[in-house]
Amino acid sequence: MPTFVYMTACDGCGHCVDICPSDIMHIDPVTRRAVNIEPNFCWECYSCVKACPQNAIDDRGYSDFAPMNHKVRVLREPEKGTISWRLKFRDGREKNFVSPIRTTEWGTIKCASEYEAPDASGIDGQELAHEPDYLKAEGGLRRISTKQFKKHPIAKKSDSSLKAAE
Amino acid sequence: MFEINPFAELAVTVPAGIMQGFVTVMIALVAGGTIFDIIHKGSAKYFFQRWSREKGLKQRDPGFDEKIASVAKTTAHDVLTSGEFCNFKRRLAHLLTMYGFIAYAVATAVMVFSYPTKDIATPAYWPQIWWLGSAMVCAGGYWFWFFIRVDVAAEGNSPFRVMRADLFVVSLILSTTFALIWAYSQAVGASYSFVALALYLIATAVLFGSVPWSKFSHMFFKPAAAYQKNLAHLNGGRNHLPAPVDKPATLGKPERHGHNY
Repeated sequence: MPTFVYMTACDGCGHCVDICPSDIMHIDPVTRRAVNIEPNFCWECYSCVKACPQNAIDDRGYSDFAPMNHKVRVLREPEKGTISWRLKFRDGREKNFVSPIRTTEWGTIKCASEYEAPDASGIDGQELAHEPDYLKAEGGLRRISTKQFKKHPIAKKSDSSLKAAE
Repeated sequence: MFEINPFAELAVTVPAGIMQGFVTVMIALVAGGTIFDIIHKGSAKYFFQRWSREKGLKQRDPGFDEKIASVAKTTAHDVLTSGEFCNFKRRLAHLLTMYGFIAYAVATAVMVFSYPTKDIATPAYWPQIWWLGSAMVCAGGYWFWFFIRVDVAAEGNSPFRVMRADLFVVSLILSTTFALIWAYSQAVGASYSFVALALYLIATAVLFGSVPWSKFSHMFFKPAAAYQKNLAHLNGGRNHLPAPVDKPATLGKPERHGHNY
């Protein structure tokens, strides 16, 4: 089930609009509050729930993730580098989890336009544009010689049957 | 120009009683519109429903001194300094608009009711407060409208795209803009001052008369919601949210002040 917004708590800042990977969080033209315009396309990534500074977005969890409609609430504390989860089940049980924020800090990723345009000769190489710098792989990407490849047992068997046929 | 009461100047052609009647009608429209809003949308009903739900979630009974401290903190942080905005520019624009509007509205009421004609000398600071308040509303309002408004900043729409949600901010900006144009044109004796006055009155009537359809009454509802939210945090209910982390260092990650969003 999709996300929904508590209208009294939302202040229409637009953070959810910016972060939604499905581009379905928008601003309501009548109330100027956030609204999920396409609930069917919401895959519950929780990006907007976590990004909302007012904790105004909630989610009705799918039954595989939230059996018997338990409640999932998130508190993001970027100044502490933590994100806390609270699961409340209908029978009163409660589970609390805390984990470090692992996402890259806002503004620290170099976007593609900030790199120099790749050379045309790069088309013949195995690396994608801006690799290995883009992946921050110091000393280049790790390469494995084809001699190190292990042959799959089925491939070995077919080789031996071919030889026998010969 | 900044020390002249524009309403006393206007009283030469328009009777002071009409101006006072207009301001009284505007105050009545705000009061009536807010009450209609509360009844029609059920704002108060849902507010108190949520309040009682929060009471069911509470884990402790805070003392009287704790409640007073929470109310004082909410007043200082959320109400007086718009601390709920995480975007500093938006907070600053809101503060400019909020305090500008209060100064503008109070100065208007004082000048119209206490110093309605030239016979009663107006202290120089009232017109100055009126000019300053109007200018602050314009500064904060246009900044918000063209650069900070979520439709422009997040949605990427044109700043000239207007929708119903803009009713309050558009009428507020136009009201103060036409107020400044009218006061200026009247002070310099320009021929278009009555046109500016007519536009000023229309924009003002829309601002105060559209309360049930605009977000004018957010100035009453938002503080109430902030008090409720912070008291819920105080009694441990926290609207189901997890408690703040007390020992983040145990996660093996140093504290940081950067922001992930």
